[in-house]
Amino acid sequence: MKKQLLAILLLAAPALVFAAGGDVHLDRANIDPSNKESLQRGARTFVNYCMSCHSAKYQRYIRLGRDLGISDEDVIENLMFTGEKIGDHMDVAITKEDAKMYFGAAPPDLTLVARVRGIDWLYTYMRSFYLDDSRPFGVNNKVFPNVGMPHVLWELQGWQEAVYKTETDAEGHEHKVLEGLELVEPGSQSPAEYDRTVRDLVNFLAYMGEPVKQERQALGIKVLLFLLVFFIFAYLLKKEYWKDVH
Amino acid sequence: MGMLISLRDWIDARFPMTKMWEEHLSKYYAPKNFNFWYYFGSLALLVLVIQIISGIFLTMNFKPDAEHAFASVEYIMRDVEWGWLIRYIHSTGASAFFIVVYLHMFRGLLYGSYKGPRELIWIFGMLIYLALMAEAFFGYLLPWGQMSYWGAQVIISLFGAIPVIGDDLALWIRGDFVISDATLNRFFAMHVIAVPLVLLILVVVHILALHEVGSNNPDGVEIKKNKNENGIPKDGIPFHPYYTVKDIVGVVVFLMFFSIVVFFVPEGGGYFMEPPNFEPADPLKTPAHIAPVWYFTPYYAILRAVTIDLGPLSAKFLGVILMGAAVVILFFLPWLDRSPVKSIRYRGPVYKFMLGAFVVAFVVLGWLGTQAPTEGKTMLAQLFTAVYFAFFLLMPIYTKLDRTKPVPDRVTG
Amino acid sequence: MSGDGVDTSKRRFLIAATTVIGGVGAVYTAVPFLASWMPSERAKAAGAPVEADISKLEPGQMIRVQWRGKPVWVVRRTDEMLGDLPGLRDRLRDPDSVDPQQPGYAQNLARSIKPEILVLVGICTHLGCSPAFEPEPVPQPYDEKWKGGFFCPCHGSKFDLAGRVYKGVPAPLNLEVPPHNYISESLILIGEDTTGVV
Repeated sequence: MKKQLLAILLLAAPALVFAAGGDVHLDRANIDPSNKESLQRGARTFVNYCMSCHSAKYQRYIRLGRDLGISDEDVIENLMFTGEKIGDHMDVAITKEDAKMYFGAAPPDLTLVARVRGIDWLYTYMRSFYLDDSRPFGVNNKVFPNVGMPHVLWELQGWQEAVYKTETDAEGHEHKVLEGLELVEPGSQSPAEYDRTVRDLVNFLAYMGEPVKQERQALGIKVLLFLLVFFIFAYLLKKEYWKDVH
Repeated sequence: MGMLISLRDWIDARFPMTKMWEEHLSKYYAPKNFNFWYYFGSLALLVLVIQIISGIFLTMNFKPDAEHAFASVEYIMRDVEWGWLIRYIHSTGASAFFIVVYLHMFRGLLYGSYKGPRELIWIFGMLIYLALMAEAFFGYLLPWGQMSYWGAQVIISLFGAIPVIGDDLALWIRGDFVISDATLNRFFAMHVIAVPLVLLILVVVHILALHEVGSNNPDGVEIKKNKNENGIPKDGIPFHPYYTVKDIVGVVVFLMFFSIVVFFVPEGGGYFMEPPNFEPADPLKTPAHIAPVWYFTPYYAILRAVTIDLGPLSAKFLGVILMGAAVVILFFLPWLDRSPVKSIRYRGPVYKFMLGAFVVAFVVLGWLGTQAPTEGKTMLAQLFTAVYFAFFLLMPIYTKLDRTKPVPDRVTG
Repeated sequence: MSGDGVDTSKRRFLIAATTVIGGVGAVYTAVPFLASWMPSERAKAAGAPVEADISKLEPGQMIRVQWRGKPVWVVRRTDEMLGDLPGLRDRLRDPDSVDPQQPGYAQNLARSIKPEILVLVGICTHLGCSPAFEPEPVPQPYDEKWKGGFFCPCHGSKFDLAGRVYKGVPAPLNLEVPPHNYISESLILIGEDTTGVV
């Protein structure tokens, strides 16, 4: 039996050594998907800042309201601006062609972005913009170098500048390496407040990536408990019959 | 009660109902010493049923159209009642199928189940494995995510490596100059009807062949050689009820593991559902790192391990050949193995070592296949590719030379 | 292997218990699959209440709007049409609209909120065809004493101008009055009993 377990562990080994990818250090998002207030704040940030350019075209307003505990009236009042119906998807007014003209590439739909990028990446990304005159929007990003997106939340965070250090490689050449970021002009929020704003936003993006997640896990517990009861009786039945054999 | 009996007799006069029941269940005598490894056959059948049912329900809302496929999957995940559960069952079932089948095949290696007189069972089983790989490959394109698209692009390009006809063949498979709506539509047809039909027929044939010869067991003893006065094998017990009640326990335990994945980690750590596949297919942008789904990665690693040209044969072509050979060689197992005994219990140290090395090679190649290639990793892949093939190609020699223990007349414990 | 000393009652109990639990599991497993055939969120969003503008609707005329994919008729009845309704009593199956084929506020002689404005789901209660609007009180092949109403071409069911079903036709029930309300004098919201959030 031990050998069998070992064999199964060996077969499962690739899953255990899975690396989350990327060389950049990512900060932990530490979101709390059960915190409705955090999700509501995140939703507000999303519709106010992100949805000027990004759509969430698989998410319906009505579902968002129901899942986040916001009444239909409040959703219409606070989260919808362009006279859509509550059953509509969270589409964006800007057309793909226009967006391509402004940004060089159409801003991606964000419904599933948390499942593509991961929450830690998003959390770090939204906090890693820094001033860079060589870029069209005057900013660059530490985790997504040369990104074609402006720092939309600059009013909240303020402006950061890059801090470089000099490294010498094996051949004696010196390189400027990005070491960290430094806040040079504060925004309307303190760094701690801004981190919370981003955390709420990421929490909301994670919700939107899979709205059913909470329900799924709750159901999973019940299913496992049922299977446990089933197992007990199935096992007793097997034992009873196998008395004949042993 | 009398009514039921006369109904049964009425049917039996017209259809071999009782006869089939007896032949395959209540009077099919299986060795009484089946162990843990013997659960995976019935579990494979269970997963097949799970996939067929969940698959049928997915086709009710999926749109095999390049414009709508990705959105229709999100529609299933969000708008269709319980659609998320049906989809997760199907995506988890795909990986579960391969886990169960790999363990089932490993059982064959442990106890020599492929050896005479069960060569045809093994061959049919290998055909099932091929059909399953085709089924998985066609199915993976359907969600029309980035991995779906570029994975299919890479695999179809493999056919382009075949000299002379390669490029035309790849074009014919795609039905377009790139993977496109036409490809998606035909893959859908293959995935939902053509391959499942073949799969079902092969499964029936596999089981018929098994029930003709009788099951092997962990001792590799032929129980049919020892029969009592009624012609019943002394070490045999009727499949029903003994193995039906035992398999129910196996099914419940399997469903526990299955549910843990479906309800708590449906993405399987990025192995069962890869993150880039949550981004719609974009023919203009390849994801930074593409890897096939985990169950194909050992072969993928073998493909990439070939880096040298051999005379007029390009490394690309040789890689494809070697990858194909890695699968095809399994068909010849019954004839490569020259050992007088079946079960690992009575085999010598050399076979045990070689089997261990093979398992390690398969797992390491599987891991390497998920990784971006580096020089060191490519060398590692070459080393384990050699081990993989050595297991098969040297088998006629080492199984003949290897020491064996005497096999008992009757099964043990 | 021997059959001696088998505790049959214990076996029977365990078989029964396992079968019941397995059966319960199978039923619960079937639920998500069967429920997936219910209208999806998209269908529900598309089935949201719709508005009908009756400001240009002349007396005696009908407009059609689509609600949940079904035809909904809005008819502005003339005084003569309304006057004919009481006289038809003896020829109708359910003249007083006892069967719940309308919201409470439409359970009256005219089967409507405002007497002249009739709102009906245009689906025959027999087998789902959409009846034709025949408002003129002239003799018809299917009825010598026709007072105007709706005639279903599929199986010959007849309804009066309040959607009440005639006797002696296959349709069992009056035509359905959908939930509706008046947003303003000339705007009807079909699909909701009261004006709330759309």
